[in-house]
Amino acid sequence: MYNQTEIIKDTTELGPEGELVINIGPQHPATHGVLHLVVTLNGETIKKIEPHLGYIHRSIEKMCESLTYRQFIYVTSRMDYLSSHINNTACALLIEKGLQIEVPERAKVVRTILNELTRIASHELWIGAMAMDLGAFTPFFYAFREREMITDIMEDTCGARLTMNYIVPGGLMYDIHPDFQTKVKAFVKQFKEKVTEYEDLVTGNIIFQSRTKGVGVLTAQDAISYGCTGPVARASGVSCDMRKIAPYDAYDRVEFDEVIETTGDSFARYIVRVKEMNQSIRIIEQLIDNIPEGEFVGKTKNVLKLAKGEFYQRVETARGELGIYIVSEGATTPYRIKFRSPGFSNLSVLNHIAKGSKIGDLMATMGTLDLVIPDIDR
Amino acid sequence: MLSLENITKTTQDWLLTKFSPTMALTIECVIVILLSITLFALLGLVLVLLERKVAARIQIRLGPNRVGPGGIFQTAADTLKLIMKEGLTPDKADKFLFNLAPFVVMMVAMLLLAPIAFAKNFQIWDINIGVLYISSISSLSVIGILMAGWASNNKYSLLGAMRSGAQIVSYELSAGFAVLTIVVLTGSLQISDIIASQENGWWLFKGHIPVIIAFVLYIIAVTAETNRAPFDLAEAESELTAGFHTEYSGMKFALFFLAEYINIFIVCAIGATLFLGGWMPLHIGHWESFNHIMDYIPSSLWFMGKTFFLIFVIMWFRWTFPRLRVDHLLNLEWKYLLPISLFNLLLVTVIAIMGWHF
Repeated sequence: MYNQTEIIKDTTELGPEGELVINIGPQHPATHGVLHLVVTLNGETIKKIEPHLGYIHRSIEKMCESLTYRQFIYVTSRMDYLSSHINNTACALLIEKGLQIEVPERAKVVRTILNELTRIASHELWIGAMAMDLGAFTPFFYAFREREMITDIMEDTCGARLTMNYIVPGGLMYDIHPDFQTKVKAFVKQFKEKVTEYEDLVTGNIIFQSRTKGVGVLTAQDAISYGCTGPVARASGVSCDMRKIAPYDAYDRVEFDEVIETTGDSFARYIVRVKEMNQSIRIIEQLIDNIPEGEFVGKTKNVLKLAKGEFYQRVETARGELGIYIVSEGATTPYRIKFRSPGFSNLSVLNHIAKGSKIGDLMATMGTLDLVIPDIDR
Repeated sequence: MLSLENITKTTQDWLLTKFSPTMALTIECVIVILLSITLFALLGLVLVLLERKVAARIQIRLGPNRVGPGGIFQTAADTLKLIMKEGLTPDKADKFLFNLAPFVVMMVAMLLLAPIAFAKNFQIWDINIGVLYISSISSLSVIGILMAGWASNNKYSLLGAMRSGAQIVSYELSAGFAVLTIVVLTGSLQISDIIASQENGWWLFKGHIPVIIAFVLYIIAVTAETNRAPFDLAEAESELTAGFHTEYSGMKFALFFLAEYINIFIVCAIGATLFLGGWMPLHIGHWESFNHIMDYIPSSLWFMGKTFFLIFVIMWFRWTFPRLRVDHLLNLEWKYLLPISLFNLLLVTVIAIMGWHF
């Protein structure tokens, strides 16, 4: 057992070889949330990183066990709040799979468009936040200019800008706004014009390149053994896009490329996300003019009960593979629920790839891992 | 009206008619001290507002716009807030050094005001080793920063101070060599001589490419010396929260903040003096009529215009570039800037000896 003084002593005194232990977080500008990293330094060089979790643990999995299948979807918006639509979709897909609910085509297409908009919004925020970690403030505002348009579309569609809660088992909560198509088209047009602006500002910048190239290199082997998914794994050359491997909603009928880079450094992770935004735009362009008419929600019973057994559904969020595992005893609430969140696995690789580099590199590496702390803690 | 050229002379003459020479000198000193403190406060207010407005313009937003018309009183309100805030001293800090550090940084900035010529005949102290004085005093600011970092008893502060120490000591060299190119061309260390030598054209234009290189080196080196982005490793807010001034609050923090902006003003003023002719209007060779028209613009406006242009450039850097990493920073200085500036100085010496410059 620890007592208070021991903990303080551990972190304030120099170690045997002139090591310096500093606490980055839980309140720190670079951790973007309440992540606590205990970093052992030798001068400026990192010797060890120990992430401490639990500062924003809300026991979402336990809460879900006492909520019905209709209710628990809304809690998942609060996990990875930057891809709340995608989290909600994952839950809805699982319930639809378990109860064999027929989802109308209209709902499928709208869900896909909204998921891709969410992905773009998340990546936009990430570009801004990562540039800020590297000390450049301006890209943040450029990225938020386009992100604002997406949040406006979301606000029109479902009344919320961050935690959407728009997707229900069987389809959508209500129909899309009449302006939806025009607004999305306007966004696509502006995005295509303006994306080059902050690419010029960031991608080609020699300081940015020197800060990210060859920094935090993750090999494909390590990416697989640490369970990394999403852009982090794809930057290391691992093909892991759930939209390709296990298509859901309307992903089986759209053309898009899975972006894969092979170098595995921070710059590759950056490039993957930028290219992914362009792919998302491609998907939206294919679907936006082809939203079928018809119902927006399928016929479901008022009280949903999953049959006794185990259910699993995985989707591709902006950060990687989100898996939902439910054990049902046949009641109106899940018996046990477990989320496999992408952020947790991506964080676990941090010590491995940032060890031996400088403090500045830690920020670049952590920034490009795109950690959302509520997603890690849940 | 804006011309300050004759004010100093008239004041001195008037004082000498009324008082004994010693008394007159004392009164002049008091006036100068009051004026420089006023200038300090004013510059701080103006530059902080300017920075926020420039940042806002670059970042497609409006910037401060609530306090006063166009937000011009925003910084005054901020200062008022900072004055009223409690200046906390951490429990385990070295209290004497902790409280002394902001004043050291501030004092260094103030000392540097002395040899700057704000207008024709408007200079506090035209010392004959002006450039040497500037180089030696400006390297003292690192003591204040190290003092702050050490006395705070905070690991972030210490790391920031160590970074700052390595950085300022290194970039001092490049800045020094860049300044030396002008000294070589002019043959004098005195600020008034350097300005007078640019009567028929600023050094930037008549010194060929080596002086342009020296100018670029000077701008890069002083950006690093004043701890400004992209060289703001000493405070690197995403890495070290606020670096060496993490523990400072209230007016003590404000002094660091103010000193940063005063330092920017001073290095830009020196840059304008050495490379862009200080208060000297834009003169081109023998174009008498053109030169004559340019002389109508008061010298103080020329000086301020040039200085604020350089300040704008340095602000522009800050809001465009990401921060360098600490080892890249030192590589840049020792592997690139220092050899280039040494070679450049050699070139300039050859040019000066052969008399190839205009």
